[in-house]
Amino acid sequence: MGFEVLLKGNNMLRLLGGLGVAMYISLISVAISIVLGIILGALMTLKNPVINAISRVYLEIVRIMPQMVLLFIVYFGATKVLGINLSAEISAIIVFSFWGTAEMSDLVRGALSGIDKIQYESSMALGMNTRQTYFHVIIPQIIRRLIPLSINLITRMIKTTSLVMMIGIVEVLKVGQQIIEANRKSSPNAAFGIFATIFLLYFIACYPISCLSKYLEKKWEK
Amino acid sequence: MNFEVIRDYLPLYFKAFLLTIKIGWIGIALSLGIGVISAFILHFKIPVLSAIVKVYVELFRNTPLLVQLFFVYFGLPKIGISISAEACGAIGLGLLGGSYMTESFRSGLDAVPLSQTESSLALGMTKGRLFTSVILPQAFTLSVPAVVANLIFLLKETSVFSAISLMDLMFTAKDLIGLYYNTTECLVMLVVFYVIMLLPVSILGSFVEKKTRFKMFGN
Repeated sequence: MGFEVLLKGNNMLRLLGGLGVAMYISLISVAISIVLGIILGALMTLKNPVINAISRVYLEIVRIMPQMVLLFIVYFGATKVLGINLSAEISAIIVFSFWGTAEMSDLVRGALSGIDKIQYESSMALGMNTRQTYFHVIIPQIIRRLIPLSINLITRMIKTTSLVMMIGIVEVLKVGQQIIEANRKSSPNAAFGIFATIFLLYFIACYPISCLSKYLEKKWEK
Repeated sequence: MNFEVIRDYLPLYFKAFLLTIKIGWIGIALSLGIGVISAFILHFKIPVLSAIVKVYVELFRNTPLLVQLFFVYFGLPKIGISISAEACGAIGLGLLGGSYMTESFRSGLDAVPLSQTESSLALGMTKGRLFTSVILPQAFTLSVPAVVANLIFLLKETSVFSAISLMDLMFTAKDLIGLYYNTTECLVMLVVFYVIMLLPVSILGSFVEKKTRFKMFGN
């Protein structure tokens, strides 16, 4: 079935290393997206017409452009048009942060506008000032809504980073292909075993995170 | 920008565009079918089947389409199951989409308040009538936003097909860049074609969402 290739040499370790590259890129992108997303999401609730117009165009671009197209534009387009030579990793991080920031800002905006006006009014009636209202009433609620959603964003980011092999980053799929090529003679069925393993590796990486997100969402629902 | 180049490439892009749309919508039709059936199985808690559906949904929701396609296209032939690239794309998209659609339809079904069921039973409706005239219309309305989001997501995911050498938009662009180095023109055309493919769906989706929102009970 081709699973025996995994036990040869350090093939399994190489696969895990490849998954590590994908995880590394996605975690950096998630960290950037969360910071920028919170800032942009907060700006979007200010109802400034200019900010609103820009952010709507931005969100629509991200909504309809496949991430792969964005990757190509940044990786090949930037070099050609602007003459900057970006490494594949940097362009991947730029693209996934661009995408993640849009997703995150939409979540932040949703969470902020989902808080009833009555919360602000009651806090004021209790004699809190603006700062106290935000720190003791509004922000704790937002954090509870946002944490499960941002954890969910991590799994989506990990899944999306599998695309980086298309711009030549050596991540888990590429390593898998290399192993298959190297063992073409000795185990011709390696493709089945390797790709099944990668399939399971991704599942093992993402499933616990999405379970955690679901659990927290249920726990904090009330 | 060289417009002659664009004119020359147009037929190639158009062919790829049609192929992308064809496979995309076949995949989406498959995913809707799988989604509705699986959601019913989960909602009615049919013993063995619902366990299978749960495993299927979790497996496909937590793995990238690219990995699924590689497994189906390069892995399965090794154990004797050979599928053409086009069928592989449609099936892969259908399976991935099916798992997302299942979740959307199921959450729609579950979100209909229990009081609706109880009131209908109190009014003397039969189980079948209750389901077709009370639960389903509301469940459908509740799941529209999620389904529209899934549609756009799935159409975007078609860009991954180029990895299994299906001649889609992405593949054509990559191929032409590799052959003639007209990077700017190729990328601009790629973006334009994706906008043509997805912008109508996005606008229509928002419109349908708005139209169905007030059909909800209480509005």
